[in-house]
Amino acid sequence: MTKPEIKTIDKVNRTLGKRYRAEKRFRLYGMLSIGFGLLCVLFLFTNIIGKGLSGFTYHYLQISVEMDATTLEISDTSDLNQILAGNYSAVVKRGAYEYFDVSSRRDKSAARKLLSVDGTGYLLQDRFKVDAKEIINTKSMVWALVDDKVDFYLKRLGEPGEPGKHEFSEKQLQWIHAAVESGDLQKRFNWAFFNNGDSAHSEEAGIRGAVMGSFYLLLVTLALSFPIGIATAIYLEEYAPKNKWTDLIEVNINNLAAVPSIIFGLLGLAIFLAFFGFPRSTPLVGGFVLTLMTLPTIIISSRASIKAVPPSIREAAYGLGSSKMQVTLHHVLPLAMPGMLTGTIIGLAQALGESAPLLMIGMAAFIPEVPTGVSDPATALPMQIFQWFRNADAGFSEKASAAILVLLMFLIVMNTLAVWARRRLERRW
Amino acid sequence: MNNSVTTESIAPLASEKTPEKAKTSNVITEENSDAYTTVGQAFSENAKMSMRNVNVFYDEKQAIYDVNLDIGTNEVVAMIGPSGCGKSTFLRCLNRMNDTIDTCKVTGKFLLEDQDINDRKMDVVPLRARVGMVFQKPNPFPKSIYDNVAYGARIHGLADRKSDLDDIVETSLQKAGLWNEVKDRLQQPGTSLSGGQQQRLCIARTIAVSPEVILMDEPCSALDPIATARIEELIDELSQNYTIAIVTHSMQQAARVSHRTAYFHLGKLIEVNETEKVFTNPDHGLTEAYITGRFG
Amino acid sequence: MSMSMLFLVMLVGVAATFYFCRQRSLSLASELGGIRHLHSLPVFYGVQAALWCAIPCLLIFGLWVVFDDAIIRELTLQYLTEEQRSLSANELQLLLSTIESITTGSSTVNDPQLIAISQHIVDFRSVSNLALSITVVCSLVGLSFWAWFKLKPENKARSNVERCFMLFLLLCSTLAIFTTVGIVFSVIFESIRFFQIVPIQEFIFGTQWSPQLSIRADQVGSSGAFGAVPLFTGTLLISAIAMLVAVPTGLMTAIYLSEYASSRVRSVVKPILEILAGIPTVVYGFFAALTIAPMIKNGLHGLGLDIAFLGVSIGPLEVSGESALAAGLVMGVMIIPFVSSLSDDVINAVPQSLRDGAYGLGSTQSETIKKVIFPAALPGIVGAILLAVSRAIGETMIVVMAVGTAAKLTFNPLESVTTVTVQMTTLLIGDHEFDSAKTLAAFALGLVLFIITLGLNFIALNIVKKYREQYD
Repeated sequence: MTKPEIKTIDKVNRTLGKRYRAEKRFRLYGMLSIGFGLLCVLFLFTNIIGKGLSGFTYHYLQISVEMDATTLEISDTSDLNQILAGNYSAVVKRGAYEYFDVSSRRDKSAARKLLSVDGTGYLLQDRFKVDAKEIINTKSMVWALVDDKVDFYLKRLGEPGEPGKHEFSEKQLQWIHAAVESGDLQKRFNWAFFNNGDSAHSEEAGIRGAVMGSFYLLLVTLALSFPIGIATAIYLEEYAPKNKWTDLIEVNINNLAAVPSIIFGLLGLAIFLAFFGFPRSTPLVGGFVLTLMTLPTIIISSRASIKAVPPSIREAAYGLGSSKMQVTLHHVLPLAMPGMLTGTIIGLAQALGESAPLLMIGMAAFIPEVPTGVSDPATALPMQIFQWFRNADAGFSEKASAAILVLLMFLIVMNTLAVWARRRLERRW
Repeated sequence: MNNSVTTESIAPLASEKTPEKAKTSNVITEENSDAYTTVGQAFSENAKMSMRNVNVFYDEKQAIYDVNLDIGTNEVVAMIGPSGCGKSTFLRCLNRMNDTIDTCKVTGKFLLEDQDINDRKMDVVPLRARVGMVFQKPNPFPKSIYDNVAYGARIHGLADRKSDLDDIVETSLQKAGLWNEVKDRLQQPGTSLSGGQQQRLCIARTIAVSPEVILMDEPCSALDPIATARIEELIDELSQNYTIAIVTHSMQQAARVSHRTAYFHLGKLIEVNETEKVFTNPDHGLTEAYITGRFG
Repeated sequence: MSMSMLFLVMLVGVAATFYFCRQRSLSLASELGGIRHLHSLPVFYGVQAALWCAIPCLLIFGLWVVFDDAIIRELTLQYLTEEQRSLSANELQLLLSTIESITTGSSTVNDPQLIAISQHIVDFRSVSNLALSITVVCSLVGLSFWAWFKLKPENKARSNVERCFMLFLLLCSTLAIFTTVGIVFSVIFESIRFFQIVPIQEFIFGTQWSPQLSIRADQVGSSGAFGAVPLFTGTLLISAIAMLVAVPTGLMTAIYLSEYASSRVRSVVKPILEILAGIPTVVYGFFAALTIAPMIKNGLHGLGLDIAFLGVSIGPLEVSGESALAAGLVMGVMIIPFVSSLSDDVINAVPQSLRDGAYGLGSTQSETIKKVIFPAALPGIVGAILLAVSRAIGETMIVVMAVGTAAKLTFNPLESVTTVTVQMTTLLIGDHEFDSAKTLAAFALGLVLFIITLGLNFIALNIVKKYREQYD
């Protein structure tokens, strides 16, 4: 017999270089994939943050406004109705004319167009609501909101093509730049974005309505999905006999977890709105739909944490003569609770970002009022983003980016909470 | 046939270092011998593999203490001992399978002919082509019988033509004594075979690479007696051409297939001797206790 | 009494019943010589009594709230003239909602007949409300007294409460079944109505989709084109692009993380990639429409010009601003963590013995992965990919925001296409006339989507389950 050993190892060595190159290539593909994924995260975040941060600021022009009672048409400062009906636009306009020092009709119109007269009027109204007596008939400096076109132009100064410049006349441009140089026209934090509801004018539009809408949505979702999810998990883990019916429930839960969310929207539309006649665009109906969507998530994670409770604890309790309900409520449930809470928070975070089913039940609507209850018409954060995205006005795209940042902020907080709950509360057996 | 030539005296390299090493390890064993000496014939003149001062740690825990052992060319060495004595760990060091366990640290010299295989620079891929391994549980790949056997030859580029590959598959299956049973169904999945056949398939898969040494880690522990007998027969045939190290739980098996037997106890190599001697008149008391069934 | 007020009263009543019955069981126990002479703990007697009160009251309350509108509507109909009653269902609905808006004061219609009817409705409502309040309060009081008098030491209160608890759990768990049934019902009936207007073969095999044409009432359906093939191809095109991105990346990521990466790298990289899964789809849609789509348009447009400049007669590439490519790419990125975490599970389920076998023969790591682990994990990976496909098909917001609504039958990724979900939303946002073929078409599309995703999930879950069993 010839020595096959030597032959073999020579053959092995012959191809070894090629094989190691293949190995390196394969590793490289893996690293490239991960790099691509990480790059996507990075790009997505820098892009969104870059676009969104400017939405939190706005340009304001400091003008002096004469709070003249006759122009305002307010005779009695204690009458709320009068204060609400006051003609604030008139004083703002007058302040603008004064600031730009214009007298001809054409110039007045040009000057007026640089400011958001109504938006500034609302700011004044808010001030009057607090202390009308003090400020009526005084002259005070006011940071007036500029028109959204001015804001758009100023935020993009220096970009190629000078976006937004063509909207203004030479004179207006002069005014704007003079005001910027004198420091009267400044970029300031935009509180209105957090205090206002939606508006047809981008400079007045805020996310308060959407945030409250999302809050009520989550409230309904939590109130329904948490108890129902836990009850289902307990039933399936502790009570359910092994039979066809239990199998059916399990198959249904697993499949519902993967049904597209838009289908849940159809369910909401056909069952809750058309059949039961619940009011449209309300957090109540939205909450019902989101409950059905988040239930599988909560059930699956709750079951996992119930499973993790060691049988020895149940046996110990049974051994003392506890009934099944007592074992479940006194021992299993408290021990499994941290895991259930984690699952619920993750489910709610999903619900907060969910859009498609809400679209179906009419929550993508223009609702300027801030909702005060679960049955008020409302929108939600993702819906507000969608609405602003669809709006052709240039100012709204920036608002949408800013709203995305707020939404992501909430999601990060919720997910951090879930991670914290898992780390701190969950017991390892 | 037995090619092993045993030496009466322990090699100087080993005798110098053994006591010192054993002292540094703080583990107290039941016989509490800080320094121990392997009794019997641990060395071979015609050694295919020589292991010197082997220590293995899992994290902080030491699993093997200062083992010295030679495996002669075309010799079958059996390793026996109670569970957890480190015999499998030792075997897995011989083709660096312990690399796949992150916490495992191996020190000492492992000479395959004149190459130290425990050198970090040593390339494990050609090493494992030279030192093949058969595992405790039959682990055929979820592929056809043909592809299972051809796998090694393919990855190592041993066959240039399809017909070469066919030859390799056929001879390997014949050597493993499986050819007659499977020649008509080479395209069926390897997992469709019975347990004993699967294990012979794994052996065929290993010898298809024509290794120089075959390591077997309790190859029969998952098999029934008939399949076991078939594998033992096979080992006997293979020992004509291959050097074999086998870990086994069954003393009868060790007695039947091996030329020399090594007895491991709590990570220490207690005794190595001609198989017949180990099972009839062992030199060490612990070996005797084990083979007479006082612990196991 | 307002509904919430009534609810509060019920709550207080039930709580009181619990308290008094528990007290009574305690006093009964002390007469007998200690709690141990009762069948159950006092708290169970309290809960039992509370349940006896609460369940019937809640049932009455619930049924009343569900049915009172329908009953009032029937009662209202009698005040309408013969002529009005013979109106078609749609027009009648319109009339009723006009009357409804008069009751809330939001309508300025000055028809005295309608105003009178609206007055009747207001009256009916107040009567109904009063009756409900009285019924609920009476039954509450009656039941709690009954529970009080029925309380006996030998009552099997604990077993009764336990049975109720178990029934409650069972009821909750059947919600999943009801949801599925609800989905099926909500899409199937409208779909059947749709297929009565538009033949099913035209819907499934037709290549023309322009539902806008059917707005005119006198030519319902017949003139609007409802051939869904362009929607299916559009959906497929975008899903295919998404899969081309997500499957290789996700799979390689999973392989690298589970086979190569050290545990430190894994613990950092994995959560970062999971972030991609947690970002809301509306954000991806925004990103696709405003960042990626313009990038592709500008990038490829420039490329086309360059090619033309080099003398090759390709000319500038026509890239739509709503190209399928942008939506597909972004959707792919969204699905990466989904594919990678599912494949990770699957790869980790491959037993170590197979890896050992391959390494023992001298395979390199990549050979082990490509030739042993990957084939062994293939069924599970296929299952994971099917689940990912079903996600891509059902994804809504990205496509709604980043692709158009023009149904074009094309496989060019640079053109604008439309998808099933986009059409569903465009058909349903805004007008909710339940009878027009337009709205019904959305439900038919929903049915198709539901069947396809359900089928994919079912197959995928079964494959994964079988695969798990193989290695358990």
